[in-house]
Amino acid sequence: MLRDYLPVLLQIIVAVGFAASALIVSVLLGKAGRRTPIKDSPYECGMVPIGEAQPRFSVRFYLIAMLFILFDLEIVFMYPWAVVYRDMIHGHPVVFWSMLSFVSMLMIGYVYALRKGVLDWRN
Amino acid sequence: MNPTTFFIFTTLLKIVGIVFVVILPMVSYAVYAERKVSALIQDRLGPNRVGPAGLFQPIADAMKFLLKEDFTPAHVNKFYYWLAPCLAMVPAITTIAVVPFGSTLFGVPMVIADINVGVLFVFAIASLGVYGIVIGGWASNSKYPFLGGVRSTSQMISYELSLGLAVIPIFLLIGNLRLTEVVQYQIDHGWMIVPFAGDWRNPLAWLLAIPMWISFAVFAIAVFAETNRLPFDLPEAETELVGGYHTEYSSMKFALFFLGEYAAMITGSAIIVTLFLGGWHFPGIPDGSHGWIFGLINIFVFFAKIVVLLFIFIWVRFTLPRFRYDQLMRLGWVFFFEIALVNIFCVAAILAFHAPPFPKHGLQADESDHGIPGGKMGPAVA
Amino acid sequence: MSAIVETIEAMERPPVTMTSRLEGELLEVSMGPQHPSTHGVFRMNVALDGEIVRKLKPVFGYLHRNHEKIGENTSYLGSMPYTDRLDYFCSMTNNWAYALSVEKLAGIEVPERAEYLRVVLAELTRLQNHASLLGFLLSDMGAWGTPLMYAFREREKILDLFESLSGSRMMCDYMRFGGCRVDASAEWLARAKEIVDRFPNFLDEFEKLIVENEILIARTQNVGKLSPQLAISAGITGPMLRACGVNYDIRKVDGYGYYPRFQFRIPLGEHGDTYDRLMMRALEMRESISILNQAFEQIPAGPIMNPKVKVRAFRPPVGEAYGRIEAPKGELGFYLISDGSPNPYRYRVRPPSFINLTILEDLCLGHTVADVMVILGSVDIVMGEVDR
Repeated sequence: MLRDYLPVLLQIIVAVGFAASALIVSVLLGKAGRRTPIKDSPYECGMVPIGEAQPRFSVRFYLIAMLFILFDLEIVFMYPWAVVYRDMIHGHPVVFWSMLSFVSMLMIGYVYALRKGVLDWRN
Repeated sequence: MNPTTFFIFTTLLKIVGIVFVVILPMVSYAVYAERKVSALIQDRLGPNRVGPAGLFQPIADAMKFLLKEDFTPAHVNKFYYWLAPCLAMVPAITTIAVVPFGSTLFGVPMVIADINVGVLFVFAIASLGVYGIVIGGWASNSKYPFLGGVRSTSQMISYELSLGLAVIPIFLLIGNLRLTEVVQYQIDHGWMIVPFAGDWRNPLAWLLAIPMWISFAVFAIAVFAETNRLPFDLPEAETELVGGYHTEYSSMKFALFFLGEYAAMITGSAIIVTLFLGGWHFPGIPDGSHGWIFGLINIFVFFAKIVVLLFIFIWVRFTLPRFRYDQLMRLGWVFFFEIALVNIFCVAAILAFHAPPFPKHGLQADESDHGIPGGKMGPAVA
Repeated sequence: MSAIVETIEAMERPPVTMTSRLEGELLEVSMGPQHPSTHGVFRMNVALDGEIVRKLKPVFGYLHRNHEKIGENTSYLGSMPYTDRLDYFCSMTNNWAYALSVEKLAGIEVPERAEYLRVVLAELTRLQNHASLLGFLLSDMGAWGTPLMYAFREREKILDLFESLSGSRMMCDYMRFGGCRVDASAEWLARAKEIVDRFPNFLDEFEKLIVENEILIARTQNVGKLSPQLAISAGITGPMLRACGVNYDIRKVDGYGYYPRFQFRIPLGEHGDTYDRLMMRALEMRESISILNQAFEQIPAGPIMNPKVKVRAFRPPVGEAYGRIEAPKGELGFYLISDGSPNPYRYRVRPPSFINLTILEDLCLGHTVADVMVILGSVDIVMGEVDR
């Protein structure tokens, strides 16, 4: 079991190594330039930035993230079901109906969220 | 050589071969291909100065990125600013580890890590890619990257749902999450987009083609959204947010974002090929056990399929305008989410009425080693 | 260096703070002057709530060159090449508007052939302006240059025509009060006719590409709606006004030049949204082609310059005149006051894109950032004309 994951570990090491070495080589080879206050300022289309750089942002992005967590969990529950489904379904129709009822219950929440206007960006 | 040393040795050989000989050159030449194909589409010439037909352009670009001034603006959060490009690059390269890119070569299976939860691994690692963009946008401490980062978070997580749902029909059909099994099943019963190929007389197998095509379409479009390609390139949306999350980046750090995007495209294409287009299989070509030349051809077929998909990626980019943010969210959450969910139950219903069940491949042979017997899968996932 | 930063900061701070406590915290962003899709050095101070634009303040003047004052210190002829630089996409129509107002001021007749040449060149200008506008608009929508390249391919042909006639592709300086500078040969007219004959092929192809594109329809319909009332009271002209359904085209209203001799229709929109504005350009190109075909048939031989006009030592009588034409972007007018000297006493330009831009905020409020770019693209501005 663990032997299966050894290549994954090696792959991650190689990937990180590549990214890190690319950055290090660039630091070593890259020409150092002059620092000026204007060069150091954040880019805002050539203007001096107005207001805060990281203000609070719209709550809608949070709502999307919350919905995602809910439904992503649902999908994770579906994987084991999907894997055993073909072996179980013959003679056990409950396998089909149980997942259907589980999803329909989640759909109530989904419809509620849509009706509440989670995806309505206008207001 | 004892088996463990041999295993580690071949694994390292495969990793180095895939990452440095195939993926990275492919990434650089994907950039070149993008410029050449766009030139073809737009009646232009494209890069033609560096080497014959501009073929050395990627090398010149790489040199340029390495030699550029390595600048870290004063207003950024230094640690995360440096971390973000790595986070964009690493998941894209790591995901390829579980994808079978060939049959066997000299008896060595052509997959870096043949793990039993292949697809879950792909989703787990690939979704880490969003951190690169979010952290890059956040650490830049500037408004355009910030907007791009926030946008991309919600875009990528939204389309991950469709991605996750679109593959479930495949696992209903196969009953195994291992990607090598997926390819083997397609060799035996026809590619996923032609599920009737192995069973011509079965009307239900023909019926299965409809949900499989829907799955394929949803999955492919969600891959476009996950890799931030047009018509879903809102996180960087040049005409709106200047450069999006990488506005404040330059030199190699920018290049890593850039290469990460192309690497993600290649990985995404590899997953599409593996799940729906038969992996390394091509009708009439035997696998690597019939001679090393066939093993090489299998690898070639796999990457040729990826190249075709990359061409489609580029073609779409230079054909369609971009979606608006709310349209994108609505499309992902309402249209794709619902259609993928209904699709799952269509497949489930077809399989329920389908008797006798499709012959299952490989379970008996694999069970003793590290395969997953059908009914005992649950705990391993959780 | 820091001293410079402070001065810039003092200068560029918007006088009114746009954060309103009642609406929660808005993200203020300056879009432009250095932005990929503000069509030059245009700037908007935008206050965003999520993706929605709550406030928008256009800021212009980065390309101000003192055009009008320079015009007052230059001879009448000297201003002619300078008008090319107003809307550098359409120098021919700029020339015509200026020549028309001077002709009105001094009461100059224009020979018949010159009038026909003017119509031909103005309609060719309209074709290339509208074609590239559609390309730019699609690029702003994120279509990555393909429509733009298609449009520029056609524009190249027309610019080549301009070049072979006037010696310059964009800064033509072709018209004079009392006629035109050089005559068009028969070969030139034949070439122009060939290009115009082939233009509908491009339009068919382009319309196939864009008109029924689902994404384009979703991005443009019901976006940036302009009501006819607001359009009229704000002085909007050109395709933007006609997209709201107001039938006002100076070619018909004033009947300047020889336009009354041609049969052509004025396309009108119904909704005044971005899609209508886009389609307005496509339809106007079809009408321009019909005007051009009529002009090629009717164009007579003859002189191209009124021999009585002394272009170089030109001194119009005391008086004032306002000459206006239907430029591709809207009503382009020149208001001139003469005190009898070689220079105009007052020289004033009425630039269509500047006045069309004034309602940008009304169009954009409540839309997303992405829509702002599309709306701005559909207004069709050229900063050389806006800032003068």
